[in-house]
Amino acid sequence: MTARDLLPIVALVVLLAVVPLFASNVLLNFLFTALVVALAAQGWNLLGGFGGQFSFGQAAFFGTGAYMTAALQIRLGVNAWLAAGLGILAGAAVAWAIGFMAFRARLRGSYFALVTLAFAEVFRILANASDVTGGAAGLLIRLDPRPANFQFESRAVFAWIAIACVGAVMVLCRAIERGRFGAQLVAVRDNEDAARALGVDALATKLRAISLAGAITAAAGCLYVQYFLLINAQIGYGTWISVEALLAAIVGGVGTVLGPVIGALALHGVGELTKGFASAITGIDLVLFGLLLVLTTAFAPSGIVGSLARLTRPRTA
Amino acid sequence: MLSVERVSKRFGGLLAIADASLAVPQGAIVGLIGPNGAGKTTLFGVISGFLPPTTGTVAFEGADITGEEPHLRARRGIARTFQIVQPFAGLSVRENIAVGAYLRHARRAEALAQAEAVANLVGLRPMLDGSASGLTVAGRKRLELARALATEPRLLLLDEVLAGLNPSEIRDILPVIRRIRDGGVTILMIEHVMQAVMALCEDVYVLAQGRMIAHGPPQRVCEDPAVIEAYLGHGTAARLREGAHA
Repeated sequence: MTARDLLPIVALVVLLAVVPLFASNVLLNFLFTALVVALAAQGWNLLGGFGGQFSFGQAAFFGTGAYMTAALQIRLGVNAWLAAGLGILAGAAVAWAIGFMAFRARLRGSYFALVTLAFAEVFRILANASDVTGGAAGLLIRLDPRPANFQFESRAVFAWIAIACVGAVMVLCRAIERGRFGAQLVAVRDNEDAARALGVDALATKLRAISLAGAITAAAGCLYVQYFLLINAQIGYGTWISVEALLAAIVGGVGTVLGPVIGALALHGVGELTKGFASAITGIDLVLFGLLLVLTTAFAPSGIVGSLARLTRPRTA
Repeated sequence: MLSVERVSKRFGGLLAIADASLAVPQGAIVGLIGPNGAGKTTLFGVISGFLPPTTGTVAFEGADITGEEPHLRARRGIARTFQIVQPFAGLSVRENIAVGAYLRHARRAEALAQAEAVANLVGLRPMLDGSASGLTVAGRKRLELARALATEPRLLLLDEVLAGLNPSEIRDILPVIRRIRDGGVTILMIEHVMQAVMALCEDVYVLAQGRMIAHGPPQRVCEDPAVIEAYLGHGTAARLREGAHA
């Protein structure tokens, strides 16, 4: 990696990190939620953007991270930081298992998307019924705002932690993009047989990608549950997070490092604005999201970041 | 170096390859020819690990590799090109070749250096920074060759790398192939362009309807009545002979 590779990432992180210094609680709430979606979208993008495997079930990883973090604290009295770490590992493990079944059966394209959606839905129904996950009521983490508990009086601290996570994942994605794993992942995406002929272990490559994607999206779940101190099946394993993760990545720029973050901020920004204009109509922001997705795929298939890159870079034909 | 023993491949009711054997000695350029649909590409699929044979064995440098995955064979030193070129469309030419180079070089700088060296060898240097999808047919054929070479193979399987090229492009690429062999890479090539087979191969196998019908130096194989009939139809060899006498 060169300094030029890191410059846009550093610029974005600094820009984001300044906001909590003067932001109101409402703005911080907005920023935090957008960053959680950004993190989930970064996970989706690693698998979908770089690896070409479009997951519709990012919720399976998000919910696993969130539930694991909450349940370990409530049921076993595990420290919150440790619980969050284990939540991330659990997300990676669930992702690996789903990937192993789906990729070994050579599922791809819409079949892979459907299978991941099915897994997320199964988890949602199980979490809604099981005692360990608190059934339909979900789990409530006891309010005890001390840094040792991964709870903070100030929302700004949470925002900074989220910014640090998002920034770290951007650096990770850049490193992957510039290394052997990234080249092999893109090769498998573009042409699996040609990649195998060149000595790329396609199954192992895809499993590594989905495990990393699972860990990153699970981290978003861990942050979410520590902030709101509440998790239930609808939030953790609901389709909302799966849809927002892929929307943010697609609108922002599939297969780009900055895309998911820009996409999440843009989507949530537009969503909040419309809620302000037309608060009478519930779900108007979702209608707008759908419209934005259609417009992106039709007119800017490489997303916001991809289109900007094409505008600024002179064409080499 | 490579030995294919009595390989058969059945797709449902179709017997694509029937009891075919061939041997490629170290350092040789061996040709595999035959009419369309003879099973040449299927046999390549069996050798490179994409298609498991129904019966028979494939051995490379003494080791039985019949059931091994393609990527493991690539690690052993077998590389192949595809008849229908398969560039990674989202990557530049340099990155395409680097995917092959990453097999033996974990670090990006080394892999890119290797990619550049290979590009020089096959004449892709001016196109290195362009997109792979922007290449001409001849360029894509060279890219197939470059990617396979970047894995630093000991055995190179070439599936019709000359098809679709015009005579001057063929003239340009023949010395490239010879240079690759002189660099220590053994080559097995499927080819329809007889001019190239005659110029390059020391040894030729002829596959027709899944069976090996002839084997020997190219000149002798071309005069073999069984080979002529396989290409031109039953009784042709005799008619040609009569025609020559008349």
